[in-house]
Amino acid sequence: MTPSKIGPPIIELARARTKEFLRETEAIFWVFGFPLLLALVLGFAFRDKAPDKVPVGVAAGPTAQQRLAALQKSDALQPRIVTDGDDALRHGRISLLVSGGPELVYAYDKTRPDALTARSAVDDALQRAAGRRDPLVPAQTFVREQGARYIDFLLPGLLGMNLMGTGMWGTGFVIVNARMKKLLKRFIATPMRKRDYVLSHFLSRVVFLVLEVGVLVAFGWLVFGVRVNGSVLTLALLCVVGGFAFSGLGLLTASRARTIEAASGLMNLIMMPMWLCSGVFFSYDRFPEAVKPLIKALPLTILNDALRGVMNDAMTLAQIAPKMLWLAVWGVATFLVGVKIFRWQ
Amino acid sequence: MAEAAILCRDLRKYFADVKAVDGLDLTVERGECFGLLGPNGAGKTTTIEVLEGLTAPDSGEVRVLGMTWKENERELRERMGVSLQETQLADKLTVYETVRLFRSFYRNGPDPDALLHELSLDEKRNARVGKLSGGQKQRLAVACALVGDPDILFLDEPTTGLDPQSRLQLWEVVAQFRQQKGGTVLLTTHYMEEAERLCDRVAIVDHGHLIALGTPAELIARLETRNIVEFTSEPPLPASACANLPGCHGVARHGEAWQLRVDSLADAVPRVIDIIEQNGAKLVTLSTHEATLEDLFVSLTGRELRDT
Repeated sequence: MTPSKIGPPIIELARARTKEFLRETEAIFWVFGFPLLLALVLGFAFRDKAPDKVPVGVAAGPTAQQRLAALQKSDALQPRIVTDGDDALRHGRISLLVSGGPELVYAYDKTRPDALTARSAVDDALQRAAGRRDPLVPAQTFVREQGARYIDFLLPGLLGMNLMGTGMWGTGFVIVNARMKKLLKRFIATPMRKRDYVLSHFLSRVVFLVLEVGVLVAFGWLVFGVRVNGSVLTLALLCVVGGFAFSGLGLLTASRARTIEAASGLMNLIMMPMWLCSGVFFSYDRFPEAVKPLIKALPLTILNDALRGVMNDAMTLAQIAPKMLWLAVWGVATFLVGVKIFRWQ
Repeated sequence: MAEAAILCRDLRKYFADVKAVDGLDLTVERGECFGLLGPNGAGKTTTIEVLEGLTAPDSGEVRVLGMTWKENERELRERMGVSLQETQLADKLTVYETVRLFRSFYRNGPDPDALLHELSLDEKRNARVGKLSGGQKQRLAVACALVGDPDILFLDEPTTGLDPQSRLQLWEVVAQFRQQKGGTVLLTTHYMEEAERLCDRVAIVDHGHLIALGTPAELIARLETRNIVEFTSEPPLPASACANLPGCHGVARHGEAWQLRVDSLADAVPRVIDIIEQNGAKLVTLSTHEATLEDLFVSLTGRELRDT
């Protein structure tokens, strides 16, 4: 290996930081392996499939066989003959019970959507079997919107969550570790400029960003067919700004902590609400109106909304610019405060 | 003539529970190797970190190479090399990468590879720092101190915990720095032997005070006597056994071991053996040596250096 020319401190610090990271096996897993695993598991758990057939019961009796045959023609139903109809209904083993002799009796819980589906399908099947002719026969088009599946919603959320996790841990953990090992103290005994040290963390994050975003987006595309509907460049820029915001937050979190334990607690305290509220796994629309403004101000919410905007809704740079600006404000503000109160030794 | 390399006047640094430095005056001349000696907790590290500009003193004046930390911090940092106590360099970087990183912080300095060669670290060039032995790590720490081609070198307990061979290697590095460059060295140690071998002058500090200052030879000469007899017996002698030994200037007992400072070994040793026999005991160990700084410290403070 021929030594290359030694660059300015900020470049050398970022280079050293990057090498250190790439040699940290556990970190590699948490940055790359974990989100992929999560995407894989959740993607399959919520993959698209036809809705389950609704189980319905036909009370045993003289007409039972005939009714069963009629119901079996419906592709929405899974009918069977039952002798303990009321019991099966109560325990949810069937959604609807067909009983009665010549007259038809439906028993079901009208607050359950599956029971309503059953009601409609059962009635259609039996009426048709009894000779009903539908005056209108509609042609049907089945629509599958790319971008409307759960995985399409999930993947940008995972991307945002990953940017938050790596941004905060990648910056915060390393700084606290260096402080504990008195490496920070050793650095400030040299002519190194303090801002170079801090900025080098941001710089090396950009290198990892390219890797982690690239891996997750490529994975979503190859395995689940999740496409980036907007511009890839816009997505890249958004990720850099988002990564910067969370590096700033990580720096701020780590700026005073003396031990890894203290920093970990603080990090989790900051990240936990965002994991839950910022729309990673489910939309924050489910929260009460009163707290929504608060949720929308969180950096992960801003980032997730912008990511979904670009990936799902093909928003342009101009359209997500306000969100990027807010992320930048988060980054700059946390960075400035973090540097101001930073404990070097 | 240029101003002294280090000048400090009435330096004080109090922490909540301890007066770490309590009115210290020091002058270290250019090109000198100066040792700060004392037990753990004597205030050595606080003193050196104040001089390094890492800790602000509560009061007192500090000038390094004729400059002050307030006015010339960057310039001073360029011209100073330090090795801190207990710094752990990044485990995952290689030796070369570490030196290269530190080199980038300085305007001037040697090529990292040349420096590694000088410190006999070239074989370990591509080894991870985490895999180095204690001695190699310490040499790497000194390499990082030398990488900016400093005029003054601060070494805080550079050889603590090292095996004798690694210690010798480090002494060699310090000697070279002085020879080739005429640089100034300030080091702290609690090894008296290290101070005697390396330092032109030594300051002994205890509880934040200077308790003795001079060349190692001068300091040792302050002891009234130059010879030490140490022995143990079975069963141990009663406390007053050696009280009235002629030509003996000091008696110290550490557990079962006796330590006598005597004028003449030829007179004292037979007498010690007599006393042991008179007490119906048997001699277990007996050793004699010339007085060292260690003995001076014991005579000045009544305590041993290492286990206080």
